[in-house]
Amino acid sequence: MTGQQASRITYTLDSSLDSVNKVELTAEQMARKAGVDEDEIFRISMAVREAAVNAVLHGNAYDPDKRMTASFENTGADLVIRITDEGKGLDPATLPDPLAPENLLRGSGRGIFLIRSFMDEVHFRQLHPGTELTLIKHLGTAPAGA
Amino acid sequence: MSMKISTRQVDGVTILDLGGRITLGEGSVQLRDAVRDLLGKGQKKILLNLGDVNYIDSSGIGELVSAYTTARNQGGELKLLNLTRKVHDLLQITKLYTVFDVKDDEASAIAAFAKA
Repeated sequence: MTGQQASRITYTLDSSLDSVNKVELTAEQMARKAGVDEDEIFRISMAVREAAVNAVLHGNAYDPDKRMTASFENTGADLVIRITDEGKGLDPATLPDPLAPENLLRGSGRGIFLIRSFMDEVHFRQLHPGTELTLIKHLGTAPAGA
Repeated sequence: MSMKISTRQVDGVTILDLGGRITLGEGSVQLRDAVRDLLGKGQKKILLNLGDVNYIDSSGIGELVSAYTTARNQGGELKLLNLTRKVHDLLQITKLYTVFDVKDDEASAIAAFAKA
């Protein structure tokens, strides 16, 4: 299930909340096995959950014919998690800033912001159709944030 | 994996004791329904006790914001009590800590509600 160093596991999952929970749990197990501290485990697993929610809810829109793919790799230097969907694509430049005063009281729109806050690198790639998010946590670095 | 909610009344304030996870598809809907139910019954002083909430995602954060704005728009008040460190940190990161009225002590939280 979880990877040894330089190993990768990949899941192809349906567009459901069960899949989101599975991806979150796998990220948590991967981070724990990599030896990062509890705060970082929380940040990593939450970022991965948010990416999976994005794929299932906003990307695939719970479409039973569309899949989410999640891959988990510990390269020894980094934890690399890739989440892909088959949706219409996501341009991160168009996302409103959730910290702007006019957006603070919005009921949604914080997922990508939290992913960026909790990971060391976040990359978007358009798949036409779909989006791939790559989340990277450098191992051996000081925890970011509080 | 789900959220637990219990309700009690103290000095005209409805306290929702929440526990577990407030996340998409799990606690978020329960929280929304509970707050709407209270407001619908005219119980407009609401204190959310988050002391046993061990996990919240962006959907849960959004639900807290929606609960706050819904209560306010209906002439009510909603405050937060007993944030865990994780929830506290998330509200700080998202700049919501100063939006909510956050209390650490139940008695002072009750006293902070406007008297009817």
